[in-house]
Amino acid sequence: MHQTRPRVALFVTCLVDLYRPSVGFAAIRLLEAAGCLVEVPAAQTCCGQPAYNSGDRATARDLARRVIDTFLHYDYVVVPSGSCGGQIAHHYPGLFEDDPEYRARAETLAGKTHELVSFLADVIGTAEVTARYEGMVTYHDSCSGLRELGIKAQPRRLLAAVDGLVLKEMEDAEVCCGFGGTFCVKYPDISVRMVSDKVQNIQATGADTLLAGDLGCLLNMAGRLHREGAPVKVRHVAEVLAGMTEEVAPIGEAPAGNGAKA
Amino acid sequence: MVQVTSPAFKQNAHRALQDAGLQKALGKAKGAFLQRRAAAVAALPEFERLRDIGRDIKNHTLANLDHYLEVYAANVEKAGGKVHWCSTAEDARRAVLQICRNAGAKTVTKGKSMISEEIGVNDYLEAQGITPVETDLGEYIIQLRKEHPSHIIAPAFHLNREDWEADFRRAHTDLDPNRIFHERRDILTEARSRLRQKFLAADVGITGANFLIAETGSSVIVTNEGNGDLTQTLPRVHIVLASIEKMVPTLEDATNMLRLLARSATGQDFSVYTTFSTGIRREGDLDGPEEYHVILLDNGRSNMIGTEFQEMLRCIRCAACMNHCPVYGAVGGHAYGWVYPGPMGSVLTPSLVGVEKTGHLPNASTFCGKCESVCPVKIPLPKLMRHWREREFERHLTPATIRTNLGLWAWFAKRPSAYRLATRLGIGALSLLARAPWKKNRGAFRRLPLAGGWTQGRDLPAPEPGGTFMARYAKARRQRRT
Repeated sequence: MHQTRPRVALFVTCLVDLYRPSVGFAAIRLLEAAGCLVEVPAAQTCCGQPAYNSGDRATARDLARRVIDTFLHYDYVVVPSGSCGGQIAHHYPGLFEDDPEYRARAETLAGKTHELVSFLADVIGTAEVTARYEGMVTYHDSCSGLRELGIKAQPRRLLAAVDGLVLKEMEDAEVCCGFGGTFCVKYPDISVRMVSDKVQNIQATGADTLLAGDLGCLLNMAGRLHREGAPVKVRHVAEVLAGMTEEVAPIGEAPAGNGAKA
Repeated sequence: MVQVTSPAFKQNAHRALQDAGLQKALGKAKGAFLQRRAAAVAALPEFERLRDIGRDIKNHTLANLDHYLEVYAANVEKAGGKVHWCSTAEDARRAVLQICRNAGAKTVTKGKSMISEEIGVNDYLEAQGITPVETDLGEYIIQLRKEHPSHIIAPAFHLNREDWEADFRRAHTDLDPNRIFHERRDILTEARSRLRQKFLAADVGITGANFLIAETGSSVIVTNEGNGDLTQTLPRVHIVLASIEKMVPTLEDATNMLRLLARSATGQDFSVYTTFSTGIRREGDLDGPEEYHVILLDNGRSNMIGTEFQEMLRCIRCAACMNHCPVYGAVGGHAYGWVYPGPMGSVLTPSLVGVEKTGHLPNASTFCGKCESVCPVKIPLPKLMRHWREREFERHLTPATIRTNLGLWAWFAKRPSAYRLATRLGIGALSLLARAPWKKNRGAFRRLPLAGGWTQGRDLPAPEPGGTFMARYAKARRQRRT
């Protein structure tokens, strides 16, 4: 039995590491429940996407090489983000067009790298979760996950298995929220307009909770919802699927009680 | 000549976002385009395969462009036409002027053409005493307003019906004050009545071309108003303005491309008028010009061949990318600051005008990828915008603060231990700040030094208390071991 458990490396992502550790723990919980042997390589930092999308190809390649070397020997690499997952699974090979050795390694890594929810739904075949969530949720499709990795039905399928949860689709769920990495601070006027449109669609559903699979988008939407004083709870989809919502306050909200939890 | 205001993109965008009329127009027009395209695509099961075919036709043509240009030119001449090879906008303007002068032209009618905008031919002709008259409804109003198109197939995308009415009442001084302009039809009727005598009086008709067909030497235009046909049929001289990448090898290729174009552009199965023009009027023809000229414009395009931007030359100007772009939808076309707006413009404009002036354009994208997903010839627009960012970075055109921050971040990201330490300290400090006694909501920041870009329109959620994931994970592992 032990030998058949796939060895899965968790690529935590910078934002989860810094901003929302619970998503990482939720991922571990879900993967272990699905029978995976989960490891978190200590040498990981960032997938390099900020450099890649800023035109700094040399830095993007340096960081990609580090990720490839660190993660290549696992059965799978799982990422709780469509954006960072897409960077590894979709963009890495193209970074090494003139380097056949790393090109091959990048392609191997790309083939075994998956976004968390699609890994559970498509690779492992998870159909049931034990979580319970009383509420009406709406789900935002993050761009990279949707268009680079084809993530659309998977989170909805798993959310349907959560007891008590009702999903209410929003208008334009597939339209960008305006985050776009550094775009949101380079072009704040346009970004805020886009996230305001998004927030309008979220509120129009009457849902009390917004879920998505990418922390960047979630921070952006939570930030705007808060600014508008909208009473919508914002969470990463993994927190709900792992049944962790009692353990951590929604994004952008103060923890119940006083101060930090260990 | 269209001024390049792309360096002021941020200011342009800011103004556009505050412009209530523009915002109203954008909201209305956009929805209609999206719904019609979606319906047209859903009704054609082989649409996805057709996109591959379109991509392949264009790739093949571009790989053999010199050959097809020669075949095309030979066939134009065979049909009694003349090809004017123009490597710059200036060459093209001069060629047009010369033809008009030879024809003794006082007025020229014009069908819709973005190449006309690119070479700025209207102002040029006017300065030489020749009056250009735009006959496409949208172009007509834009000309009345002395503006430039804000969209490549719907030039007046930024206007509302009230604007049309006001402009007509201002420009058509003999207009009955009781005339009603409730619907598009009312506007069309008024414009048509004004244009009728212009069509008849024009000495030269200028059109664009959606495609050039090598095997027959034909040019193809599509319109929904029929103005293009009147423009090219009634005057004695027909000038076609076309850039070199409009080429397709055969008639059959052209029909495949037309199927893609109409659906992607307006959601029609086919445009109302699709007109093939081949050379001059032959004996026995019912109509056709005495002279047929093709202004074949390069203007920087051949420099794109063999570079990472070659794929951009597949573009058939359907505007699906801008119709679906949330950034275009927010700021409209004029903010982009030159002829071609939206995602296709953000790749093409730096190629034609230079990235020094237009660096904002490929940066003002979230890379959401919607444009690529609707492009009828599968141009990887985000990838090409990223290539422009790379060129900017290589040439140190990226702003210094971004370069510095990126360099600092990269230094840490390459050194996991230093990264762990720095992030622990940084997040620790931010968490402390979040719990400051004067803060009402400990879960988020309303303002934060150096984070103005973020906080001007949204709160910044505070990090989850308890430290970074990596620190907590390491601690939990240590506890498990002991």
